[in-house]
Amino acid sequence: MRFDFSDKVLTVFLSGEIDHHNAGNIRQRTDSEIIKCSPTLLVLDFTDVTFMDSSGVGLVIGRYKLAKEIGCNTAVTGVSARDKKILMMSGLQNKIEFR
Amino acid sequence: MKAKLNDFKINIMARSVNEGFLRTVVAAFSALADPTIEEINDIKTAVSEAVTNSIVHGYREKQGRIYIDAVLFSDNTVKIKIRDKGCGIEDVKKAMEPLYTTAGDERSGLGFSVMESFTDKLSVRSTPGKGTVVTLTKKITGKCE
Ligand SMILES: Nc1ncnc2c1ncn2[C@@H]1O[C@H](COP(=O)(O)OP(=O)(O)O)[C@@H](O)[C@H]1O
Ligand SMILES: [Mg+2]
Repeated sequence: MRFDFSDKVLTVFLSGEIDHHNAGNIRQRTDSEIIKCSPTLLVLDFTDVTFMDSSGVGLVIGRYKLAKEIGCNTAVTGVSARDKKILMMSGLQNKIEFR
Repeated sequence: MKAKLNDFKINIMARSVNEGFLRTVVAAFSALADPTIEEINDIKTAVSEAVTNSIVHGYREKQGRIYIDAVLFSDNTVKIKIRDKGCGIEDVKKAMEPLYTTAGDERSGLGFSVMESFTDKLSVRSTPGKGTVVTLTKKITGKCE
């Protein structure tokens, strides 16, 4: 997991497996980075994610909500077809941009 | 008639660190039926949902055990039973509705929907105070797309 902050855009490069066990740590690290950087756009990059279940949906929705509170938009990128299917079950595509 | 070709059982502590282990071990067992990568991933995801539910909801992250019973049949179906002796579910029909969750912000309420969409059959039996059994059935075609 890696962060990049430039031009007010915070990109979170997620990696490995996103499940309930790992989500807590990802959540904490991402939230403190959002608060520290105060970006105007949050990009969650799923390119290096090898597994995701519905815990990933909770993770994205939670970050979207926090970002929204500070006036920041959220986008996701690099999402595989199957992970997209899971993320879209929640209607997330109406709230955030899929790139 | 379909015959039982293979089976295995696991009895393991309900700890979140075991979520990855359990979905991987069930996927490896199912791999004996020569599935596509897609089918293996479907099984992994569905098992992960059921196991997580036992840990998060069944035992509310307190101690307990998870029992998995997997069978491979001659018609190339795998049947995976995931059982806990946790709190059980009062209203199974309601619990299975998309987006329904009793566990607050970081849960999406999509676990059962994911299990349903990634398997051929999902059955849930639960007794409040006694526990829950989730049975996932998946046909392995092994045909590459
Ligand atoms: N093994 C279980 N034991 C007790 N309650 C369960 C169990 N599995 C699911 N539930 C209940 O069903 C609800 C829906 O489950 P699910 O669709 O996986 O969504 P989520 O896990 O995000 O809450 C849970 O919030 C919980 O109330
Ligand atoms: Mg769940």
